[in-house]
Amino acid sequence: MEKTDNNKAWLLVIPVFILVALSAIIPIMTVVNYSVQDTFGGNKFFWVGTEWFTDVLRSERFHNALGRNLLFSFIILCIEIPLGIWIALSMPRKGIWVPVCLIMMALPLLIPWNVVGTIWQIFARGDIGLLGHTMSLLGVDYNYTNNIFDAWVTIIIMDVWHWTSLVVLLCYAGLVSIPEAYYQAARIDGASKWSIFRFIQLPKMRGVLIIAFLLRFMDSFMIYTEPFVLTGGGPGNSTTFLSIDLVKQAIGQFDLGPAAAMSLIYQLIVLLICYVFFTVMSHVGTDKPIEEKVE
Amino acid sequence: MAQITLDKLAHSYLNNPKTDGDFALKEIDYVWDDGGAYALLGPSGCGKTTLLNIISGLLVPSKGRILFDDCNVTNFQPEQRNIAQVFQFPVIYDTMTVRQNLEFPLKNRNVPKAEIAKRVEEMIEVLDLGNKANLKARGLTADEKQKISLGRGLVRYDVNAILFDEPLTVIDPHMKWQLRTKLKDLHRQFNHTMIYVTHDQTEAMTFADKVVVMYEGEVVQIGTPEELYDEPKHTFVGYFIGSPGMNIIPVDVVGNQAKIGIHSIDLKGDYADLTGKVELGIRPEFVTLNKTELGIPVQITGIDDIGRFKIVHATIDGSEINIVLNEGQSIPSNPNIALETSRINIYQNDHLVRPLVNGRGL
Repeated sequence: MEKTDNNKAWLLVIPVFILVALSAIIPIMTVVNYSVQDTFGGNKFFWVGTEWFTDVLRSERFHNALGRNLLFSFIILCIEIPLGIWIALSMPRKGIWVPVCLIMMALPLLIPWNVVGTIWQIFARGDIGLLGHTMSLLGVDYNYTNNIFDAWVTIIIMDVWHWTSLVVLLCYAGLVSIPEAYYQAARIDGASKWSIFRFIQLPKMRGVLIIAFLLRFMDSFMIYTEPFVLTGGGPGNSTTFLSIDLVKQAIGQFDLGPAAAMSLIYQLIVLLICYVFFTVMSHVGTDKPIEEKVE
Repeated sequence: MAQITLDKLAHSYLNNPKTDGDFALKEIDYVWDDGGAYALLGPSGCGKTTLLNIISGLLVPSKGRILFDDCNVTNFQPEQRNIAQVFQFPVIYDTMTVRQNLEFPLKNRNVPKAEIAKRVEEMIEVLDLGNKANLKARGLTADEKQKISLGRGLVRYDVNAILFDEPLTVIDPHMKWQLRTKLKDLHRQFNHTMIYVTHDQTEAMTFADKVVVMYEGEVVQIGTPEELYDEPKHTFVGYFIGSPGMNIIPVDVVGNQAKIGIHSIDLKGDYADLTGKVELGIRPEFVTLNKTELGIPVQITGIDDIGRFKIVHATIDGSEINIVLNEGQSIPSNPNIALETSRINIYQNDHLVRPLVNGRGL
């Protein structure tokens, strides 16, 4: 048999190359390009090296936005993960209520981000919103447009309402995959409810929890639409998260250089934190490799 | 440790069982001796797991009572019955070490610390897990995990019974034998009442003192492995136990003769007049292939060579019969068979009938 020439294969991969180039490589390289140059208009650029990066890393504006974003992610993770586990544990395993619960849980996930923002913007308004108006009737001084604390509380509740379902569904999937024999064995061993959770349910949910954690961290760290619609980053800059700040800088002020440098730094932070999370979480509860080597 | 009494026990998964067929477990009345090793043997869906779940307390029977010694435990929860169970798939606590796994049931029962340490140390020794005691249980092999499941039952000295639900299913074949031997040792050492569910006759016969054979929700025979082999009380037992199973051939019985078509076979005694479905049962090992003209002619339809011996498939007057042929024996051109008279059993409507002694059935 004659050996066939395989070079045709290259032809067949070309569409993929073009797609990846268009969707990822070219935009990223454009950003990299902007981040190392400056312009005084007229489409004339000159090289500035790492100046924009130094600027961004030293700017108080960036530090504040980063700090706000980390705090936000931390708070919503602290609420959504335990709450999600708790709801998943309380959900029925059998019967007609299973599909009902699952659909109820899935509903918030199906709503587009900007609609969620709009819903809460109206819901929390003092004059016509159900929440806002009820609060003022109860005598609570609640106004998310000019009180920083109220704005934060509203955004956090909105995110918890929108995304806890994702954690619930992932945990539920983990829970229903536990064979009945584990529960039977635990009953025979005389285990308490807490022991069953601690030694059977939690370890079996480890895989899905890592995924839930990463997804929720990345999403919350990149949050844009909902707070933008709800508060527009205010009052003041109090809810201006990194992505909102980035858009303000790039499109609002048209500072392409600093914005490009900032988005690259932003990207690296996300990658770094995800890597650290993943490495740490996938080693929790396993034998430490060092111990194994000794034995 | 306890004697377990099944008192007119029956179970149906339906709310209103009417006919016999509605029962997953038909009425059973039996006493499991304290310290006995029993196997529940039968094909899938015969009700053996139902019976096991009733004993462990995962199911409440529709009828009858279950007693541990003199205590009626019919409505007790599994945790109240003080039993241990080893499941089909090893159940271990992944995040704990081997030692912590074994300590777990004792800690839950508030056993004093010194006592826990002593018992767990002993158990690690008994299970040969000494060098793995401080490793996380999740990294162990399936048979080691299954040993831990068993160990969690054995560390509680006072369990009423240890139940096994096909515990060797996921174990590699070469480890099965070792683990079974270990079980047997542990039984001798601790003398717990052990009930072992399986569909594998070899497992049942090697593990148990008494084998309970179940078929379609009914206990068809309880006996020692020898009894099951020599005198199956039901054609199903004959067929299910032994490899290949017992030959079952329709016959007419007149006095001490069984007639297959025009041929007569001597029986070990006189039988009363039998009506209904009458069959003769004989194990393939007790059928011999003659070279001479003596015996009953058969037509050979196939031969399986399985190494140490050959299994000859033949027909005799339209009925199939298997014959075990030892290594080196050749197959004659016009084969005749002879049946060993003392090994022939007669069945009426699938149930064993014994010959008359002085005119009376045994």
